[in-house]
Amino acid sequence: MPSVMIRKDNEGKMTLYVAKKDQEDEISSIEFESADKWGGLIEMTDGTKYFIEPLDAMPKLPITLRARRG
Amino acid sequence: MSTMSRDETEALIQEVLDVYPAKAKKDREKHLAVNDQEVEQSKKCITSNKKSLPGVMTVRGCAYAGSKGVVWGPIKDMIHISHGPVGCGQYSRNGRRNYYIGTTGINAFVTMNFTSDFQEKDIVFGGDKKLGKLLEEVETLFPLNKGVSIQSECPIGLIGDDIEAVAKKATANTGKTVVPVRCEGFRGVSQSLGHHIANDAVRDWALDKRDDDDSFETTKYDVAIIGDYNIGGDAWSSRILLEEMGLRVVAQWSGDGTIAEMELTPKVKLNLVHCYRSMNYISRHMEEKYGIPWMEYNFFGPTKTDESLRKIAAFFDETIQQKAEEVIAKYKLEYQSVIEKYRPRLEGKRVMLYIGGLRPRHVIGAYEDLGMEVVGTGYEFAHNDDYDRTIKEMGNATLLYDDVTGYEFEEFVKKVKPDLIGSGIKEKYIFQKMGVPFRQMHSWDYSGPYHGYDGFAIFARDMDMTLNNPCWKKLQAPWQVEDSAEEAVAASA
Repeated sequence: MPSVMIRKDNEGKMTLYVAKKDQEDEISSIEFESADKWGGLIEMTDGTKYFIEPLDAMPKLPITLRARRG
Repeated sequence: MSTMSRDETEALIQEVLDVYPAKAKKDREKHLAVNDQEVEQSKKCITSNKKSLPGVMTVRGCAYAGSKGVVWGPIKDMIHISHGPVGCGQYSRNGRRNYYIGTTGINAFVTMNFTSDFQEKDIVFGGDKKLGKLLEEVETLFPLNKGVSIQSECPIGLIGDDIEAVAKKATANTGKTVVPVRCEGFRGVSQSLGHHIANDAVRDWALDKRDDDDSFETTKYDVAIIGDYNIGGDAWSSRILLEEMGLRVVAQWSGDGTIAEMELTPKVKLNLVHCYRSMNYISRHMEEKYGIPWMEYNFFGPTKTDESLRKIAAFFDETIQQKAEEVIAKYKLEYQSVIEKYRPRLEGKRVMLYIGGLRPRHVIGAYEDLGMEVVGTGYEFAHNDDYDRTIKEMGNATLLYDDVTGYEFEEFVKKVKPDLIGSGIKEKYIFQKMGVPFRQMHSWDYSGPYHGYDGFAIFARDMDMTLNNPCWKKLQAPWQVEDSAEEAVAASA
């Protein structure tokens, strides 16, 4: 259950940062990305997957969340 | 030797790796790479932030070095206690040239060494009492200190002292910030984790002190310089450029910085991050908690400085953008004369770098402005995100080496034959004795500043003075000169 921070970088791309590993990568897709449900399975551009419990509302980025390996 | 092709560079890496035992070879192989600008993610070509192999010569530091030496140490109005045996503090004392304004021993304490000087009995019975007493003494002897940070050395973690409790008690007594930092040297694989721990300590113990206090008058042009350690005055030569374009620099982290500046940083509009490696953590935290955006910039060499000034100005309104253009135009005349003077003397020279933090990629632009080419670069303690950024800056088929060993670096230099090496004090005399011009790129070889336009003039002069020094032609005794000239011809034939 690593703690991950999701943010938008200066070019507006969404990235996921794993604090424990000091690794930041671009997100290629998020399972739920609507105003009332956000999160789920997150896939990175390099193929790694993380799972975040879906939130009820679109969060204000950046946000730190607990993630599971998806 | 001119530029090497990809195959040649790969062959060179294999040749150098050949002397290792199979297991060591397998491990070191992952840390050496040929740069390929096409690669998007560095983890596909180079491994970093891994434990150094026992038995090879590494130049890495420890977590304590990263926290006390880099992040906390330069904060001038705080007292930084090296908590533990005396050696760590004494041998790292005054090691980095973080310049500061103040009267040492009165209201500034950077170059002093404070230590709890652990003895056997402190290890056996615990050192918390001693620390408490030390904090009281410090308060009596140096009443103008604005806070204390407790930098743990290895034994503190091993014997399980509760320095947090001591810190809280001291804060209750004096009302001053006392920060316990759990930066024991055995943590992590290099000083990099020390940066992270130090950033977390700032976050937990210092940053939020003025969150409910709105008495500080802010402007919409407030910025903070994050990750500039003022080596030889670097932060000052950066600061004047930002101020000239109309921004107000509220805080300098941490070169010539103060605890008050740190506490005010959450009130700025933009964090300008120079050393990404050591301060990205706190920038990320401030972005999340206070909504302060952060951007990386590069003040090495005029091309990159121009670029960065425009990038910074783009965050603000048109008056700033216009002033930025004026600043660029003003300094253009200055730096062009520098380039005119030094470029003909340095054109086409090849450089190899092996440094830490941000410089292995950031100084490339400065060398290129002088017509020089960086043919190899490497980090002591980088992570993948550093290499992601480096790949784009470096030419194709150039060498990348992570946590390079003493042996590998020497062999690379023997084969690549660069005209100049930029690295640290541990490498300096080896390469000078091999007859290769050398500049220390950690301490700017007791020169500096190198940031900004003013710094570039000094940088160019220093590189010229080293490279074109007549001494390099006189390294051999006169009766040996002829022989070696013949050998050189034979070797190239």
